[in-house]
Amino acid sequence: MEKLIAQRTISVNEEGYLTDFSQWTKEIGEEIAKEQNISMTDRHWEVIDYIHDKFQKQEPLSIRGIKKSGVINIKEFYKLFPGGPLKKATMIAGIPKPKSCI
Amino acid sequence: MKHLVILGAGTSGTMMVNHLIGKLPKKEWKITIVDQYKTHYYQPGFLFLPFDIYTTKQVKKDGRKFIPKEANYIQKKIELILPKENLVKLEGGEELPYDILIVATGTNIAPDEIEGMDGPGWYKDIFDFYTYEGAKALRNKLREWKGGKLVVHITEMPIKCPIAPLEFVFLADSYFKNKGMRDKVDITFVTPLSGAFTKPRATKALHYLLEEKNIKEVTDFNIERVDYENKKIIDYADTEVAYDLLVTVPTNMGDALLERSGMGDELNHIPTHKATLQTLDHENIFAIGDATNLPTSKAGSVAHFEAEILTENILHYIKGEPLKEEFDGHANCFIETGNGKALLIDFNYTHEPVEGTFPFPGVGPLQLLKESRANHMGKMAFKWVYWNMLLKGTHIPFVSANMSTKGKHFEEMES
Repeated sequence: MEKLIAQRTISVNEEGYLTDFSQWTKEIGEEIAKEQNISMTDRHWEVIDYIHDKFQKQEPLSIRGIKKSGVINIKEFYKLFPGGPLKKATMIAGIPKPKSCI
Repeated sequence: MKHLVILGAGTSGTMMVNHLIGKLPKKEWKITIVDQYKTHYYQPGFLFLPFDIYTTKQVKKDGRKFIPKEANYIQKKIELILPKENLVKLEGGEELPYDILIVATGTNIAPDEIEGMDGPGWYKDIFDFYTYEGAKALRNKLREWKGGKLVVHITEMPIKCPIAPLEFVFLADSYFKNKGMRDKVDITFVTPLSGAFTKPRATKALHYLLEEKNIKEVTDFNIERVDYENKKIIDYADTEVAYDLLVTVPTNMGDALLERSGMGDELNHIPTHKATLQTLDHENIFAIGDATNLPTSKAGSVAHFEAEILTENILHYIKGEPLKEEFDGHANCFIETGNGKALLIDFNYTHEPVEGTFPFPGVGPLQLLKESRANHMGKMAFKWVYWNMLLKGTHIPFVSANMSTKGKHFEEMES
């Protein structure tokens, strides 16, 4: 389905995750964050940069990875993206959320 | 004489030795397979052992029976792989030089990764069911358990057979109903993911199972520690879930051999090309099954499909031909839903499980993503297929290594 975010028509799935990363911009991330009641700071963006880096290397995202990233500790990660930080951070980053097989 | 060495005689290693023994010219190639353990376990059976559906005898056999006599079978611990020297070192100092190496060392639970998990509560009120020992200890516990809070928990992804924890709660519901004590058991499913089901179509088709069976769901739970004294698990957001009986799937890690040899990622899985199964760092080393870091399920069906493609690629490699980028992440899994029913799912790297018919488009007889007794019969029959066909590398009729999109209802997905 399509959704208007930051004055642009973006393809998203039914849960609101971008289905085409090439459509992502910082403004779109900012808007999605607002919908999640998160106002982005430099610290948030550092985490998003790390997530993009993992995504581009096709490496799976995990709490273990965050812990070892050197970017942020887990407690702070939870504070920045309350209530499901991986789920929310990936949505803001414009990439799919971590999934199981079904 | 050239030498092909397979490390690990589990599902993948055993299939590979059976595939290759007839395909490599005997005058030119010697094949060696190494595994420290004598017993070959039917790992899908570990799900049924705790509920007294399978006996211990049904899930283990002597591994030697499945290794062809022409192969050199060594029962020793593997100390180290030295990829630059094309050498494997075994316990006791024996050295195996190789021309081609296949790593099939699988993945294991690592409960020591989480504080308090394998402490005093381990195998008293905290159990795994991913090992023979764990499943058997849990069976004994369940036989005498009087009820209370049963918490079934996934520590972190990826795990072997990602659907098994859900099957466990479904079977637990049936088990306690049959014992006439379901009202005394409170079942909670705890996952680090956003739900018990994470894909849109499966969530839509299957979420009713949790509601119907009165199973509670705690999502986005990333465990920090187990407080075994007060019997609760605690996550990084300080969410607590209390248990009387904790059935956990600990962190899954590849064999420590890969860490010792400097070949694994942060979970000791070996970085592998997802379509050719060649390892990324060494062109004469291939990897298969749970040992790889491929972004598909760690499951026997995946290993089975990989084995067909890896066999072809080993032959291409020997002839100096380009490898085929053929593996598509295909997985095909029966999912027990309790009460003698099961689901069937069929998916790959790019296609999520959807409804449809399998293996014959429009005919079935098996229904995808839908509960049925036929699917349950399929799951039960699979034990026979495993011991008699799969391990021997026999092609399973009508089921191709690459996923087929025929007979599947993908169109509704686009919205």
